[in-house]
Amino acid sequence: MIFTVLIPLLIACFIPFISKYKHKIHTGIFVFFVPLAIFLYFLQFIGTGFEPIRHTYNWIPSLGINFDFHLDGLSLLFALLISGIGSLVVLYSIYYLDRSERLGHFYVYLLMFMSAMLGIVLSDNVFVLYTFWELTSISSFLLIGYWHFKEKSRYGALKSMMITIFGGLSMFGGFILLSVITGTTSIQAMIANADIIMDSPYMPLALGFILLGAFTKSAQFPFHIWLPDAMEAPTPVSAYLHSATMVKAGLYLVARFSPVFTGFEWFFIIVSIAGILTLCWGSYMAVRQTDLKAILAFSTISQLGMIMAMLGFGTKAAIFAAMFHILNHATFKGSLFMVAGTVDHETGTRDIRKLGGLATLMPITATLALFGTFSMAGIPLPFLNGFYSKELFFGSSIELQEGATALSSFLVEIIPYLAVLGSIFTFVYSMYFVFGTFWGPKQLDKLPKKPHEAPIGMLIAPGILVLGVVLIGLVPSLINGTFIAHAAEAVYGGEVTQEIYFWHGWSSTAFQMSLAVVGIGAILTVTRTRWSGIYQAFPGKLSANKVYDWLMEKLDTYSSNVTRSYMTGSLRNYMAIILSAIFIVTVTVMLVTGGFTMNFEDLAPVTTIELAVVLVIMAAAVGTIFTNKNVAAILIVGMAGYGIALLFVIYRAPDLALTQLAVETVSVALFLLCFYHLPNLKKRNEPFRTKTTNAIVSIGFGTMVTLIGISAHSSDWFGTISDYFLETSYSLGGGDNVVNVILVDMRGLDTLFEIAVLGIAALAIYTLIKYRSNKGEK
Amino acid sequence: MYKPNDLILRTITSLIAFILLGFSIYLLFAGHNSPGGGFVGGLMTSAAIVLMYMAYGITVLEKFLPLNYRKIVPLGLLVATGTGLGSFLFQQPFLSQTFDYFHFPVLGELELATAMLFDLGVYLTVFGVTITIILSIAEDR
Repeated sequence: MIFTVLIPLLIACFIPFISKYKHKIHTGIFVFFVPLAIFLYFLQFIGTGFEPIRHTYNWIPSLGINFDFHLDGLSLLFALLISGIGSLVVLYSIYYLDRSERLGHFYVYLLMFMSAMLGIVLSDNVFVLYTFWELTSISSFLLIGYWHFKEKSRYGALKSMMITIFGGLSMFGGFILLSVITGTTSIQAMIANADIIMDSPYMPLALGFILLGAFTKSAQFPFHIWLPDAMEAPTPVSAYLHSATMVKAGLYLVARFSPVFTGFEWFFIIVSIAGILTLCWGSYMAVRQTDLKAILAFSTISQLGMIMAMLGFGTKAAIFAAMFHILNHATFKGSLFMVAGTVDHETGTRDIRKLGGLATLMPITATLALFGTFSMAGIPLPFLNGFYSKELFFGSSIELQEGATALSSFLVEIIPYLAVLGSIFTFVYSMYFVFGTFWGPKQLDKLPKKPHEAPIGMLIAPGILVLGVVLIGLVPSLINGTFIAHAAEAVYGGEVTQEIYFWHGWSSTAFQMSLAVVGIGAILTVTRTRWSGIYQAFPGKLSANKVYDWLMEKLDTYSSNVTRSYMTGSLRNYMAIILSAIFIVTVTVMLVTGGFTMNFEDLAPVTTIELAVVLVIMAAAVGTIFTNKNVAAILIVGMAGYGIALLFVIYRAPDLALTQLAVETVSVALFLLCFYHLPNLKKRNEPFRTKTTNAIVSIGFGTMVTLIGISAHSSDWFGTISDYFLETSYSLGGGDNVVNVILVDMRGLDTLFEIAVLGIAALAIYTLIKYRSNKGEK
Repeated sequence: MYKPNDLILRTITSLIAFILLGFSIYLLFAGHNSPGGGFVGGLMTSAAIVLMYMAYGITVLEKFLPLNYRKIVPLGLLVATGTGLGSFLFQQPFLSQTFDYFHFPVLGELELATAMLFDLGVYLTVFGVTITIILSIAEDR
């Protein structure tokens, strides 16, 4: 089973070599056999006696991350959809994409996507599932931005990336929570341990995270905004990713995890509300659109909302209907996208206001569109699969159990009405789509191209899909017991048997709802032009797109403002920030841990000469601050340095005193040499505030260091090791000068690197002076 | 161009420079048992050279002491590292020092320590570094 996931990736590696010869043979012809073979492989599992199959391949066993592939009814349904529609889309793209396009890129991305999608639905390991999940986001990003020279493509790709990756990451958080709660990474084991998850206090958090991931991927309200913008992708991509497969990954996730969460009431409330809201909003927004693919995009959103709502209901009938509708939606929506692409390809426009009356010019396309849209609208005809699943949807919406809380009881009451409302708009835009494009007045002068019937190859793929629509419509029991029931069992957890009938009698409430949809929908369709003002006016500025754009813009400006506020480029500012930060952190830590101690017991007496030297040093230090002549400043600093040398003498450190004297002399001389070339210090005219801040920072920092020094002296935790040096200096080091023995013998390594530092400094100075470029002076 | 007559400076320099050089050598050798050592010794030697440079100028100095001071820096580092690596020959860890007493014909009983060699490396490096820095800045136009 791993090969079905890996083969597309492997083939993708060879695509660049094949696509070199694309001028002789279209690359898609080679690719076509990959999904076809996978489809045939999965086809063998269909049957009444199907049992789940499990294969395991080690990846990172120490972390429990392995390629655990688990094929049950749900996975089989999705795997067949992915490979089957994948084959048809590749077939369609052979005729849709010209050989002058970058075909290599297209098919590499497409195969990458196919592999990732199969990985999602087959994987039983949550982390492997997440890996493939992100791979679909990435490959979808690449496919949406396929025509990267278009501004709108890049915008749409970025938007879908931002939203789906946001959801993917939150889903990852949910997975981590679940695996921590249950101690396993396998989804089946999590389902078996559902009671542990239910008892865990982290369960709502995990549920929220996972649902966020599912809702963003499946374009549920209000995360649906990326899907209409993803329509900038080539039409085969829209048909494949954004109607049949990727957007259903979120549905798959909810379905997969619904056995875990199904006992939790909020699961029903959140998922149903999100689904119903998306159904109504998506179908309403679809009516407003003028672009064929935009209509289909919003239609996809609303249909996904409908399936999501059914998954939320969680009853046996609803889950069966959801599985059935996943299949039905994939068939008719895939064909409709291909029809829209064909119309675009043959007329040069997708704007429905310019189209019309194409039925006589493109009769086959028109027929295919007619079947597809009628099935989408759920018109009660015995050869359209859309009607069956929609009626099952209505049926399950009125059979909901009364919930425990007031909110869920209210939901149970209101859901059927909202379902009908959403379906009415579905009817309206479906009719608008098909009649606006193919019937009505011809406007040939507005079209960029002279329309004619599409090549036969372009019609094969939508033809097969429409054939599926009709076939399922005529004999629904063909796929019921062998296929759909297994999928529903995997989600529901128990045996599911459901007969699909066309005729339930006039008294059936679901049938009455369907009739109401058709009736009101027909009236609204006929009078559509009168309502168009309301359609255009109502959402107006309330669009979630506006929120997204505003958010992205503000994120940019705020972050750049924040960065600009402290990254001023002024070293003085950075210094102030660094010192203040050190001050705050150190003082806080010292205060919290009681680090500041004062102990004046073992102090040596202060002699007059020490006092005098210290006073001189202090005077010099104060003097450097207030002098305005640079030579004077250097000399005064030198005074402090010599004072310190004197202190070394007083404290009996002859080596230090010698070195300090010599180094001080050398550095003063160097300062004088350098400052000889520099202009005089300017009189600094800083505002009073800056001066005050500087004073506060420096005084605070100085006080802190002083306090730390006193505290360090006051606390006597460990004895000193200097006794060891004094004792062993002669016996081990052979010298009386303890300082020197320490420097060259006991701790010679420090000295070695110190002289290395000196050497590097000398070379650096030499290089800076001798090899500087004179380009600036010319 | 104004040319100063610094006869006194030059005369005294020729005297003092040798005293300084001698003192710096003393500091280097005395370091093990008295205040001093390679670092101060190196600085003192540079002081002598700088004094000569100030009194006589760079051309005379180069003629009198034809040394490339930049090469003294790696030489010193090499000596210091070499003493460290040398301890490997005797199966000792890096930078192990030892000492012993030897009898010399004229000088009598003397202590010789490998640490002295290390100090010599320090001395050469510090000397080279100081002179390189001062001369490159001073010659900069």
